[in-house]
Amino acid sequence: MQPILEVRDLQVSYYTDAGRAMALAGVSFSLNPGEKLGLVGESGSGKSTMALAMMRMIKPPGRIEGGQVIVDGINLRDLSEQEMLQARLSKIAYIPQGAMNSLNPVTRIGAQMADAIRAHDRAASKQEIEERCRQALESVDLKPSVLKMYAHELSGGMKQRVCIAISILLKPKVIICDEPTSALDVVTQRQVMETIDRVKNQIGAAVILIGHDMGLMAQFVDKVAVMYAGRLMEVSTVRDMFTDPKHPYAQALINSLPRLDNKGVFQGIPGLAPSLLRLPPGCAFHPRCMHAMEVCRTTVPSLVTLPGERTVACHLFSTKV
Amino acid sequence: MAPLLELRHVTKVYSRGLLSKISTTALANISLTLDDEKPTILTVAGESGSGKTTLAMLVLGFIKPTSGQILYKGQDISQLRGADRMTFRREVQAVFQDPFAVFNPFYTVDHLLTVPIRRFKLAQSKKEVRSMMYETLKAVGLHPDDVLGKFPHQLSGGQRQRINVARALVLRPKLLVADEPVSMVDASLRASILETLRGLQRDYGVSIIYITHDLTTAYHIAKSIVVLYRGTVMEAGDVDTIIKNPQHPYTRLLIDSIPWPDINRRWGETAIKVKESELNDQGTGCKFFARCPFAFSPCQNPPPIFRLADHHAVACYRYEDHPSVPSEQLSSVLPT
Repeated sequence: MQPILEVRDLQVSYYTDAGRAMALAGVSFSLNPGEKLGLVGESGSGKSTMALAMMRMIKPPGRIEGGQVIVDGINLRDLSEQEMLQARLSKIAYIPQGAMNSLNPVTRIGAQMADAIRAHDRAASKQEIEERCRQALESVDLKPSVLKMYAHELSGGMKQRVCIAISILLKPKVIICDEPTSALDVVTQRQVMETIDRVKNQIGAAVILIGHDMGLMAQFVDKVAVMYAGRLMEVSTVRDMFTDPKHPYAQALINSLPRLDNKGVFQGIPGLAPSLLRLPPGCAFHPRCMHAMEVCRTTVPSLVTLPGERTVACHLFSTKV
Repeated sequence: MAPLLELRHVTKVYSRGLLSKISTTALANISLTLDDEKPTILTVAGESGSGKTTLAMLVLGFIKPTSGQILYKGQDISQLRGADRMTFRREVQAVFQDPFAVFNPFYTVDHLLTVPIRRFKLAQSKKEVRSMMYETLKAVGLHPDDVLGKFPHQLSGGQRQRINVARALVLRPKLLVADEPVSMVDASLRASILETLRGLQRDYGVSIIYITHDLTTAYHIAKSIVVLYRGTVMEAGDVDTIIKNPQHPYTRLLIDSIPWPDINRRWGETAIKVKESELNDQGTGCKFFARCPFAFSPCQNPPPIFRLADHHAVACYRYEDHPSVPSEQLSSVLPT
């Protein structure tokens, strides 16, 4: 199958007073139509930066330094500003963290949805716009009456579903959701995730779910990408990741999870995530790694492909393949 | 001897304005007892709007109950004056949700820790203040030299949250109210903060009220649990029993919705369907009535609490054939 999304060697830096911070140091992966990828990592590991870079929404002092983002055969980085405006929402949609709190409080939901359509299709008639909004709301299980409502009249889960409805208005190929349920309780969270799954199947888009809730990942995604200090450490299918993680960081992450069968065992990851301004030489994880070797202190490991379509960036595996 | 903390039929109603008839019952007739002798960790769980934060505010004495009493070591906390009030303020401490919002950005960590020590006159000399700070920081798993002298913005979220725990611990509290202490912290740090809290209970004999919506962490840290929904108790008892074998339709829904980090335990496999209630249910019966898939006519009256086992009680008419427990004796089903 032809991948719908290909990210190649994407690099982003932030230029701060204290120096240059490499927030994304060459990230590559690809995604097939309909696939769901989970992107996990600690705060500051570059998850959200990656989403912004894919949308070309990095603001100064940040800068995309290199790499390609290919959606449906088009390299987004080659597009003009005007073309990129058109591509957002129609090729690639982004639901930022806390999007549900960014709905305009003084405009009706319908007007905000119509705005999105009109920005891409000036010729659309009023009836057509309303019909499309109605359909989008229907696919997220909301009644058409929501069109006439204001954001404050909706519950958190409903607001988040409105955001999903807006993101699918133009049937994008890729939907990026940044922590879509972090402020919702478990019952609503499940409803929202099921909604995302359903609309994804309707329009056949690929989904990238950003978050640090490994439980949610286990239940929702097909593939998991573990990020650390701006690099992908491991990309595996969800089953491989949870039953047999390869990278020591992925192992520590999986072992730190609370489960039903290991009550009372708390196993954190020792040490702290490094500052992007002062990354250790070699593998960024080596100061916290149980298996650190001499080579880890000097050389950055490259991504190695292991059997079962999984990739790992660790010297433990670079020689054995 | 009087118990450490006792809630007697506590109700809290928030009313809107003088003329408005709309009022919200955040907490309805809650009775709980925490024993002084046996320090324990009690989880209060529920979704947003269940009244769990109201409970924390009441216990800390920040707000007064609309009716009912809260007793600390036998004394009503709203009546405490002078030295007794100081003792209460020292012995009952809190850790809040957001480790980024609670610090004054202009003060260093030292200031944060020395102020309570001085205020409660816990140390005689500067040297003693310093050794107390070192000791408590070590107790929460921090290296004192890493954090002392630093400003909050120089610390990570996990470090800040542990300093919050240290600030509470330095006062040698008897009771710690932890309101969602790990919900804003990365998964990898979550484990170590929970371990810190459990260490407090085990090694320092601090009782903890752990307030959360996250039943996974509740299961791992607590001994007993009270599940709230819209201000009333739905289910209470031993945490193992309730997480593994929930009986109340609401608790079952909650537990079934937890995304377990285990791909062999699928989400919603045993799905019980809930109705989404669109109207604001102001009925007098069971609070879960409007959403409950099993609702039948008795549910229009508030259900009493039925005792299923020694350490398991459910407020649901489906268990009518079991003996009922008066609400003031709820604590008898909580193991310590």
